[in-house]
Amino acid sequence: MADGATLAIAQQGAPSGSSLKRFARRRSTIAFVMTLPLLLVIGGLVAWPAGYAIWLSMLNRRMNTFIGLGNFEILLDSETFRMVIFQSVFFAVTAVILKALIGFWLAHMLHHIPTKGQRKWRGMLLVPWVIPPALSTLGWWWMFDPSYSSINWLLNVFAVPSVPWLGEPWWARISVIIVNVWYGAPFFMIMYLAALKSVPEQLYEAAAIDGASSWQRLRYVTLPMMRNIISITVLFSLIVTFANYDIVRVLTNGGPRDLTHVFASYAFQVGILAGNIPRGAAVSLFMFPILAVIAFFVLRGINRRNKEEM
Amino acid sequence: MSASAAANRDLPSIYHKAGSLRAERRWALWSAYISLIFAAIIMLAPPVYMLMTSLKTSAEIADQLNSTPWWVYSPTLENYAALIGNEMFRGFFWNSVKVTVLVVAVTMVISVLAAFALGRMRFWGSQALATGVFLTYLIPDTLLFIPLYQIVGSLGLLNSAWGLVLVYPTLTVPFCTWIMIGYFASIPKELDEAALIDGANWMQMLWKIFIPVALPGIIAATIFAFTVSWAAFVYPTAFITTPEEMPMTIGVVSQLIRGDTFAWGQLMAGALLAALPPVIVYAFLMDYYIAGLTAGATKG
Repeated sequence: MADGATLAIAQQGAPSGSSLKRFARRRSTIAFVMTLPLLLVIGGLVAWPAGYAIWLSMLNRRMNTFIGLGNFEILLDSETFRMVIFQSVFFAVTAVILKALIGFWLAHMLHHIPTKGQRKWRGMLLVPWVIPPALSTLGWWWMFDPSYSSINWLLNVFAVPSVPWLGEPWWARISVIIVNVWYGAPFFMIMYLAALKSVPEQLYEAAAIDGASSWQRLRYVTLPMMRNIISITVLFSLIVTFANYDIVRVLTNGGPRDLTHVFASYAFQVGILAGNIPRGAAVSLFMFPILAVIAFFVLRGINRRNKEEM
Repeated sequence: MSASAAANRDLPSIYHKAGSLRAERRWALWSAYISLIFAAIIMLAPPVYMLMTSLKTSAEIADQLNSTPWWVYSPTLENYAALIGNEMFRGFFWNSVKVTVLVVAVTMVISVLAAFALGRMRFWGSQALATGVFLTYLIPDTLLFIPLYQIVGSLGLLNSAWGLVLVYPTLTVPFCTWIMIGYFASIPKELDEAALIDGANWMQMLWKIFIPVALPGIIAATIFAFTVSWAAFVYPTAFITTPEEMPMTIGVVSQLIRGDTFAWGQLMAGALLAALPPVIVYAFLMDYYIAGLTAGATKG
């Protein structure tokens, strides 16, 4: 603030050639001061902890001896952790594919109905995204309850036998995916709808004059125009799904027999609940290379689109 | 391909084709509505079922033979009354309010200042820093909570709402800064040139021009910061174990679940009450909410 005040006085003089340089220098000083809080947050609460996590992961349980990559070796040797890797990848990939497909389908359907009604439908369909996931998962947990499951009640009405939702490993995995898809598909829908609306109507008219079928319009007009936003949304969602914690924590808490743990919930179990901070840090660091690769592609996509816009 | 096929037909078939086009369109409309109704039922079923359960007595929940789980036969507000009369639950609510208000205020100050500096004042490294902000947004909280647990612990802020106020900005600041950079970038350059000619300094320019013009973006970013800090789950679960300091999300999940017999009605009522503030914000400010969601990707 003080800098702003001094600048106001300095600016009273006309910015002639010599003072222009000083002005620029002042400008960058002010800009730096304005960015300082952001730098403190990023540096102190993101970059520093990230580096600290790497250091932590190389200590022993009592955190007094440096053991190099020992924690990573122990983890990779354990059957439980290999299942965690499998479950994390399976969960993230399946859930993101389903979310992307359902979101695309819903966005398309929403785009087809008259504009007047779209707001209402969009408002209803986005509700799962608005409820904090930990709380809506509580509702799902209750719907999956072994003895009072309302979903099983519906299935029984249609003469389908009850499903042991959270009791059997594979059903538990499917349940976690169902909840994640339910929560995340509306986000894809909103993103795709925004992208669909940005496709110029003339392109469809031109395609219609050329006699394109609706499938061809989708394949040769819509998809190429949306390619970038699809890839960015998918990559972004891949990161968030991969790092998901709350749904697994509330729904299965890793069970049955630690078979539905993902990296985040396992890191929590090992690091905070069992008190082995270094090994917990090592578990969550396993996410890092995968996230880095995804982040690289996201950035490339954004840069490419920025260039197209220019 | 289909064009040449159409050309070979004789004239009356054009009318036929127009008719089929209309039929196709009507069919598309119908299938769209059917899909949307189907999707809306699935999307709304869990919250509706939570509402149904929250209005039931424990006796009605336990009685499976004479009733369908999807309907309330004798609605009661006793679950809500019990929660609102519960001092611990009111404490959760106030903790959430306190943390959220502080975090939103801190976030908005940090990110508006930084976005203005990064987006408008172009200095050495500002472009790289903007990319860096976006990259931080991609680092999930589940990667950072263990080192942050150590850091917050060494500051003596475990089991304190202040610890949450300290770490929540990592969730909100990067995205808010990112979308504010986008909003500020969409303001025409002529406006700040005019302001400079009139002798405005940078703070005046930000305060009198950029903030009013970018108000929709500021509202969208505020809503984002609000929903994220209200819904935060990883950090409070890791850092807070005493019920007195718990915010709503973790309080409902950890404190209302006790023993083997769950008070399902009360649990669902608690979850709905905790979810209410973001839902209300969404109901009244839906357009800003959606603008905030899509801005990150479409403006980036």
